[in-house]
Amino acid sequence: MLVNPIKNGTVLDHITAGRGMELYRILKLNELECPVAIITNAYSLKMDRKDIIKIDGEAPLDLNVIGYVDPGVTVSTIRDGDVARRIHLKLPQQITGVIRCKNPRCITSVEQELPHTFRLDDPQSRVYRCIYCESRAK
Amino acid sequence: MKSLIGILDLSTKEIDNLIHTAQDIIARPEAYREKCKGKKLATLFFEPSTRTRLSFEAAMYELGGNVLGFSEASSSSVAKGESVADTIRTVNCYADIIAMRHPKEGAPLVASVKSQVPIINAGDGGHNHPTQTLTDLLTIYREKGRLQDLTVGFCGDLKFGRTVHSLIEALSRYSGIRIVLISPDELRLPEYMQNKLSALENVTFTETKDLEEAIPKLDILYMTRVQKERFFNEADYIRLKDSYILTPEKLAEAKADMSILHPLPRVNEISVEVDDDPRACYFRQALNGKFIRMALMLMLLEIQ
Repeated sequence: MLVNPIKNGTVLDHITAGRGMELYRILKLNELECPVAIITNAYSLKMDRKDIIKIDGEAPLDLNVIGYVDPGVTVSTIRDGDVARRIHLKLPQQITGVIRCKNPRCITSVEQELPHTFRLDDPQSRVYRCIYCESRAK
Repeated sequence: MKSLIGILDLSTKEIDNLIHTAQDIIARPEAYREKCKGKKLATLFFEPSTRTRLSFEAAMYELGGNVLGFSEASSSSVAKGESVADTIRTVNCYADIIAMRHPKEGAPLVASVKSQVPIINAGDGGHNHPTQTLTDLLTIYREKGRLQDLTVGFCGDLKFGRTVHSLIEALSRYSGIRIVLISPDELRLPEYMQNKLSALENVTFTETKDLEEAIPKLDILYMTRVQKERFFNEADYIRLKDSYILTPEKLAEAKADMSILHPLPRVNEISVEVDDDPRACYFRQALNGKFIRMALMLMLLEIQ
């Protein structure tokens, strides 16, 4: 299967197999006007199977969101057909507006305008806690 | 400008300084009578409280300052739907320091982000209550002369008991602390707190359901109330509320110098016959609350 190289845009590589569509939805890539290719179950020496997303155009991507959903992803920025920058993502220390606090006792349950922000508490278990009530993200 | 939202906002050095100042206030109260002259404390109590609010107010009056505020949400603009942030911006115009109690967890943190004056968390739901923890630490220090090398039993509601969580976190920073957790299965210390304790080298902890078995080893017994307001289901509250009741008979096996602490209010978890036992510290503990709040307000207002 062949997907043409892109000239200016972004490649999300090393996505855990099966997570590509989830990232596509969360990043709202369906709202972009440029071409977007999703390759699922691509062969990978390192991962056996992986997903890849290629965005052929400008797209504002929240790297914290990608890092939270799938921390092993590599984000390559392509300029004039070459890789201008490559970032190996890690779990972000803090995320805002990605998940919501479900604790009915939390201040965010009554003050709607407050941003839902979570802080990484345990990287090994990928546990995030609400900065307000310290409840574990579910 | 510093606020106090959770006990870990303070370093152990700052806590030691607060205890030192509180001891000095107790020894030389006249030296502090005008320290806060011209200063105003706003007590914003969005849910009812007796001792915490009165303790803050007494503390500011004894420092020569004044107090304004409200004691329940229905008598504030919150009843009209005002946000915490807007309330705080308004109160900033009138007060030099704010003590705030709120039923929602994290509300004082929201306040501290917006405030131009120090915020003291006077309790946010079942979450944090750092001035109670400071009170507990001062009491332990005054009763035992140290905060290290102690066996401390926590009994009752260890799941929802915010005072328990905060005191465990505070004591965990001192050496030689042995914690004994005494609770029914349903009210055990949350797993994430147990994991935190397990990761510490200077603290050991054990769990039991049997108060009488644990009591002979303890230097401190910290009793808690099973709090009705923390339960969504009244049936669960009724089933668990009488899990542990401390009586003179149960104290028979305790050390002669064991100290009994309780954040108060008590319902029936300590029998009134225990009140006359010299080991019962809980009313002295309530008095200590005023002294440590005096020390805290001096620190946050940067008054020497």
